[in-house]
Amino acid sequence: MLAMAVAAPFVLSEYWIKAILIPTIIFGLSALGLNIVSGYAGLISMGQAAFMALGAFSAVIAYGRFGVPVPLAILLGGTVAALVGVVVGTPSLRIKGLYLMVATLASQFIIIWALQRVPWTGSGSFATLNTPPVRIAGFDFSTPTAKYYLVLVVVALMTLFGWNLVRSRIGRAWMALREHDIAASIMGVSMLRYKLLAFLVSSFYAGVAGSLVVFGWTGAASVQEYELDVSIKILGMIIIGGLGSVLGSFLGAAFILLLPILIAVAMQRVAALTGGGTVSVDILANAEHVVFGALILFFLIREPQGLAKLWFGLASWVDRRTGTFKATKGGGK
Amino acid sequence: MGELIFGIELLITGMLIGLMYSMVALGFVLIYKASSVFNFAQGAMTLFAALTVVGLIPHVGLLWALLIAAVVMCVVAVGAERIVFRPLMGSSQLTIFMGTVGFASILEGASQIMWGTKPRGLQLGIPSEPLKLGEVFVSKPDLISAAIAGLLVIAIVLFFKRTRIGLGLRAIADDPAAAAVVGIPLRRVWAVAWALAGMIAIASGVLWGSRIGVHFGMSLIALKALPVLIIGGIDSVAGVIVAGLIIGAAEALGEGYIGTYIGGGVQDVMAYVVALLFLMFRPAGLFGQTAIQRL
Repeated sequence: MLAMAVAAPFVLSEYWIKAILIPTIIFGLSALGLNIVSGYAGLISMGQAAFMALGAFSAVIAYGRFGVPVPLAILLGGTVAALVGVVVGTPSLRIKGLYLMVATLASQFIIIWALQRVPWTGSGSFATLNTPPVRIAGFDFSTPTAKYYLVLVVVALMTLFGWNLVRSRIGRAWMALREHDIAASIMGVSMLRYKLLAFLVSSFYAGVAGSLVVFGWTGAASVQEYELDVSIKILGMIIIGGLGSVLGSFLGAAFILLLPILIAVAMQRVAALTGGGTVSVDILANAEHVVFGALILFFLIREPQGLAKLWFGLASWVDRRTGTFKATKGGGK
Repeated sequence: MGELIFGIELLITGMLIGLMYSMVALGFVLIYKASSVFNFAQGAMTLFAALTVVGLIPHVGLLWALLIAAVVMCVVAVGAERIVFRPLMGSSQLTIFMGTVGFASILEGASQIMWGTKPRGLQLGIPSEPLKLGEVFVSKPDLISAAIAGLLVIAIVLFFKRTRIGLGLRAIADDPAAAAVVGIPLRRVWAVAWALAGMIAIASGVLWGSRIGVHFGMSLIALKALPVLIIGGIDSVAGVIVAGLIIGAAEALGEGYIGTYIGGGVQDVMAYVVALLFLMFRPAGLFGQTAIQRL
């Protein structure tokens, strides 16, 4: 898959890279973060988009205003988000379920509000900050392909890290907490440490994803792009992609980002067939809502392991057919 | 003196609005008490109900619009219980919560496809001039809305305490399996709870709609009921009412006193700030019971 990702720019047009590929891997990274906290550690978070916003704004302010080099700015974006994430995560030690959901929801609203209102961010009434041209060590990242590789390198590194993390002692501790936190803590898994760690890692991923949005995709940090509906979309990505699956995070992101395009194409076709004119933007947007919700329910009820399971099923079927005996379990990334 | 009156006015307005938050929050409490489901879709149901009422008024008038909307909400609520939540029964709270997120998305999309995305006004024919009590002005629409909300809240409390179904709801909340064993019809009671939540959605949709207009932002208003839940404790009806008053007052006072320094918008987050403070220092809320868990 990595090979496919590296080769992609040679095959696909610039539009695909900019509009589909880059956002897919960025949101995939953010979804992976959410998957760590929700899918592995079993804690719910409705604030993933706000943590992305924190990362985006920290990174662009560090790079644009203080001249911090881009790689460090990306790290900083992640770190700021992670620190706030830990603070938000503290209630998770004593309470769970919906209380935690409300805590993260509250942070979603408060963070976005603060980014708009605090004058120091300098984002003004539109709450948007543009980044100066992105340069690392004299090399200019302005073409979509260059940006794509920048994003890809960061995402690949962090995915590898995350993939190893969830299979490590820490990952197993998270899963133990997910299954039954009190039982796990009796068996010696420190609730304090691992729950906070899950929040820390998750919001770090979101922060890095947010700074990649700025440096590798839109070139600006803008509050409107991180409202509550984005948090819900990211939640949808991990449900559809597969809870507790690294691969699923990316599959889900790709699926959710392609969905509006699929719906638009499908509905225009239907409209053309039935002789109607073009379908209005409003209807398309709302149809997307309906399909999105229906998909979430479908996957929750029918296939809780999401697209990831379908993917592995397909892979093993192909292997059987072609007669190669590669191990597919846990393979692919 | 003027300063004091300003403060009192803010406080009263805030508490009147707070009662309306309590009403929205009761929708959550109902479902939660009946089935331990945290219904994220309550906001979307409110939007759906309000849009249905507003859409019907030009055709059949207010009264019929309310009645038809009531039937529609019953169908939606019972249908949701049947095709969405029954298959998910027994899975983890997290999963069911995610289910309600999906359901909310469907409702929001469907209601706006049916009735359009334009914000609409809603006139209930309540006189809008303020009422003067001594030196203090109180808005009449707010007062009437709060009165209706208060009546509904009392009605629901009585329903819980006095009727068979209400009793069943409380039994199920306590222990669904045991309730089923002694012959309480789980499904019927659940269906009633969902339908009641639908009625609350209509009431809150119409009252809020007459205040701020009917539009997409309404589902966000309903989300503001969540802090109310946190502060009151999700399983406590009395707590929710008190918490609604607290949140309403905090919002109005925050906007009135702090808002002028940082350019307004304080009321958008005040509720969440108060809720976060509660979560850090008193997670069970004012009246909620601290859950004791067994392995």
